[in-house]
Amino acid sequence: MISDFIWANSPILLVAIPLIGAFICPLIGKVSTDVRRAWVMGIVTLTTAIAAIVVYRVYTEGIVTYVFGAAASGMTVPMDSGGIPIRIIFTIDPMGALMEIITAVVGFSVIFYSLSADARRSGLEQYYTLFLLLIASVMGMVSTGDLFNFFVFIEISSMACAGLIAYRIERGRAVEAAIKYFIISTVAAIFLLFAIAILYGEYNALNIAMIASRMQFTPLDKVALVLIVVALLAKCGAVPMHFWTPDSYGLAPSAVTAMLVVASQASLYGLFRFVFTMYNLTFTAGMMGWTLIIIGVLSMVIGVTMAIPQKDVKRLMAFHAVSQTGYMLLGVGVGLAVLGNASLMDQFGRMAMEGGIFHIINHAMYKGLLFLTAGAIIYRVGTRDLNKLGGLGHQMKWTMVFFIIGALAIAGVPPLNGFASKLMIYESVYLFNPLLSIIAMVVSILTLASFVKVFHSIFMGPQRPEFSEVKEAPRPMLIAMGILAFVVILFGLIPVQVVSTLISPAAHALIDRAGYIAAVLGGV
Amino acid sequence: MFLNLPYVTVVLLTCLGIAAILFKRNLLKILLGINILESAVNLLIIAIGYREGGVAPIYTLAPSTNMVLPTPQALVLTSIVIGVATSALLLSFSIIIYRKYGTVNVNLIRELRE
Repeated sequence: MISDFIWANSPILLVAIPLIGAFICPLIGKVSTDVRRAWVMGIVTLTTAIAAIVVYRVYTEGIVTYVFGAAASGMTVPMDSGGIPIRIIFTIDPMGALMEIITAVVGFSVIFYSLSADARRSGLEQYYTLFLLLIASVMGMVSTGDLFNFFVFIEISSMACAGLIAYRIERGRAVEAAIKYFIISTVAAIFLLFAIAILYGEYNALNIAMIASRMQFTPLDKVALVLIVVALLAKCGAVPMHFWTPDSYGLAPSAVTAMLVVASQASLYGLFRFVFTMYNLTFTAGMMGWTLIIIGVLSMVIGVTMAIPQKDVKRLMAFHAVSQTGYMLLGVGVGLAVLGNASLMDQFGRMAMEGGIFHIINHAMYKGLLFLTAGAIIYRVGTRDLNKLGGLGHQMKWTMVFFIIGALAIAGVPPLNGFASKLMIYESVYLFNPLLSIIAMVVSILTLASFVKVFHSIFMGPQRPEFSEVKEAPRPMLIAMGILAFVVILFGLIPVQVVSTLISPAAHALIDRAGYIAAVLGGV
Repeated sequence: MFLNLPYVTVVLLTCLGIAAILFKRNLLKILLGINILESAVNLLIIAIGYREGGVAPIYTLAPSTNMVLPTPQALVLTSIVIGVATSALLLSFSIIIYRKYGTVNVNLIRELRE
């Protein structure tokens, strides 16, 4: 009875549970600290369970649609509407399901981590309200099948992110980072709304599938496409608009930073969703693909070269995050560039896209892990300056092990997950254009060099007298890092199975525009 | 020409907003630029939804059945609410920045540049 209800309404519960949990959190927090901890942990566990149900449904039933306010959740087009899906619809395909897995796994571990890492701070009711709100909005962004809904969720996520970045004021520096991030994302969201208004004026619909089926590729559509692409690239921190990333990733609490990575990747998901599902095979596909490739290569190179001279450990990792976003754009961009050519698509296009999408999930895991280890070091030592750190390998052994796992994964060393996805990108991009593949490999080597330096200056060397009191990180923090490290190793050991069960359906869902439209409009 | 007036206004407001965001050095003026840009988008959506002689889609005692679609109005309402929240958050950030740094000139707010 109740299980049927949860089963049928799982897509909306995925957003509703963290949303309700977020706003009840300040009230619950009045009772006692332990009750609040139990509440936050319970809500995030429940969200993860619901996400598992939705993902299971997507992989067994195909694309799951959920219609708000309809008699039956599958009734996407009402009888008397003349074939127009007038209601708000959630459409979750394997690509969205993949993003939900990422959000659920990272969200669960960072909340677990944060309950221990941030326990000594004040204002935690508001902090967890914003945190749960962020999880709810990211879940909404990757589930929705409605343009305006996407805009609303992206604005909620910007607000939650900005509040969390500014949470520790740090003599105004964190607020400076937050205002920089928030101005960028507000302007980006306004551009997105501009594009939505143009599309609505043209096609009289807000449903992504409906617009996709009516798409005529007029000049106005191109204007809308440019606005969408610029807005979402700014939100995901690709190169010309990357300057907010180091500031906000560097100054947010570490658990928040790991979640910010996921929020940026949800914007990347939005970009791929609009470009592939709404525009797909237009006469601009080749040009659009090359735009993504060029921005991707620029992000890779500039991100890694900016990372090398950094002295702040989190700022350094943030520049690496920009660089890794480039790999995803490169992989998916190559897929987009050859979308019209079936033989090239079979030869390497599909594989490039799978590599790019696989890199999204891998990046969320290992980058989250690295930010959490950096947070553990800052938590115990109190400094983030690489020149002042040293010799911590003696006391923080587990943190060191997790750092090594994360660092080797980001550098693409086998048998970790970063290697699996980077190899797919190298192989397929080499067939497309050898130069791009060589640039990607060089960037990987520079990444390894940079992390060897970081590893050496944090953990190696003799024990320093000023750090003799330092202990290992608390156990909950280690468990949270352990979850992410487990996923990193698991995906590295069985990449073939992961690609065939999770990644290929996701890549196929992006390419298969007709399937997406048919799932909503019923076989048009 | 007269019917295109709203769209001309949208273009003017957009240019004004973007110019304010790009060229003004005062943080509060940048925030005003963002608000102007928001109004431009809201006006665009309302202008798209306008139909000459259309009435509100309320069926009780309606003078005619020549009704407008309520979706654009609903979108703009939501967008205004989001805009209010955005402005409030941006202004509260500016207050903290002014307290900590003693200035709202963006050229002087540069603790993070290295």
